[in-house]
Amino acid sequence: MTNAIIGGLLIGAAAVWLWISLGRIAGISGIAAQALTRPRQSLWPLLFVAGLGIGGWLGQGVRHPEAIPELGVDSIVLLTLGGLLVGFGTRLGSGCTSGHGVCGIARFSRRSLAATVIFVGMGMLTATLVHGT
Amino acid sequence: MMGPVSALLAGVIFGLGLSISGMADPTIVLAFLTLGPGWNASLLVVMAAAVTVTTIGYRLAGRRPAPLLDSEFHAPARRDIDQRLVIGAVVFGVGWGLAGYCPGPAIVGALTLDPRALAFLPGFVVGMIAFEAVPKPSARQPEQA
Repeated sequence: MTNAIIGGLLIGAAAVWLWISLGRIAGISGIAAQALTRPRQSLWPLLFVAGLGIGGWLGQGVRHPEAIPELGVDSIVLLTLGGLLVGFGTRLGSGCTSGHGVCGIARFSRRSLAATVIFVGMGMLTATLVHGT
Repeated sequence: MMGPVSALLAGVIFGLGLSISGMADPTIVLAFLTLGPGWNASLLVVMAAAVTVTTIGYRLAGRRPAPLLDSEFHAPARRDIDQRLVIGAVVFGVGWGLAGYCPGPAIVGALTLDPRALAFLPGFVVGMIAFEAVPKPSARQPEQA
C-alpha cells in the first residue's frame, strides 16, 4: 500500500516535470510511437523511453520484484495478442493509462475520462472472463 | 540539450514510480482487472496518487506563460469524443485485460528484461506500426492525449 502511494506520487511528479520543463503530456503510448516511428524528428521521446528503463532498474533496488511465473505457450499467446491490441488500440484512441488515465484526467479532459472509463471497463471484463476463476 | 536531459529525468522518475508501485508486474495489474476473490486495489491507489499530484502540478504550472525549455505548452486541443477514441479505448482495454500490460509497464519490463514484457513487446511494436497504415480521418493529425 505504501509502495503504491509512493510510486503513484512519483508518476505524478514525473508527469508534472515533463509539463513544466518541456510543455509535454506524459502519454507513454504517444511518446513511444514518436521514439519508434519518428526518432530523427526529436531526441526527447527516445530519452524519456530510455529513462523508463533506468528508473525501472533503480526501482528494483527498492521493491524487489516477485518471482516471475514460468511462461507457458498460453501465456505467450495472450501476451502477443495483448501486445498487438494494446499497440494498435492506444494509437487509435490517442493515449493509454498515462496519457488519458493520469494526465488527461488531471486536465479534466472529457475525452480522456471517457477513454479511461472504457479501457478500464473493457480490461476488467476481459481479464475477469479470461483470468477469473 | 537541456530538453532531452529533462525528458530523461522525467522518464527515470516515471519508471521508478511504475517499478516501486508494483505496476511493472502484470500479475498485480491483472489482480486489479480480474474481479473476484484475490482482487487487488493497488492500481487504483497508484492512479489516485498520480492524478492528485498531476492535477495540482498542472494548475500551478498553468500560471506560467510557457514551459521552462520550450516556447509553448503542447496541450491536446481536441474535445470531442469521436469513434476512433472509443474504438481505440475498447481495443486497448481488451489487450490490457489479456496481457496485464499497458505501454509504460511494458517498456519498463522489457528494458529490465522481464520475459513476460519481452514476449509482449513484438506484438506491441507491430500494433503501433500497423496503426501508421490506417488512413487519417482528416488533414489534422489527432492530438495525443
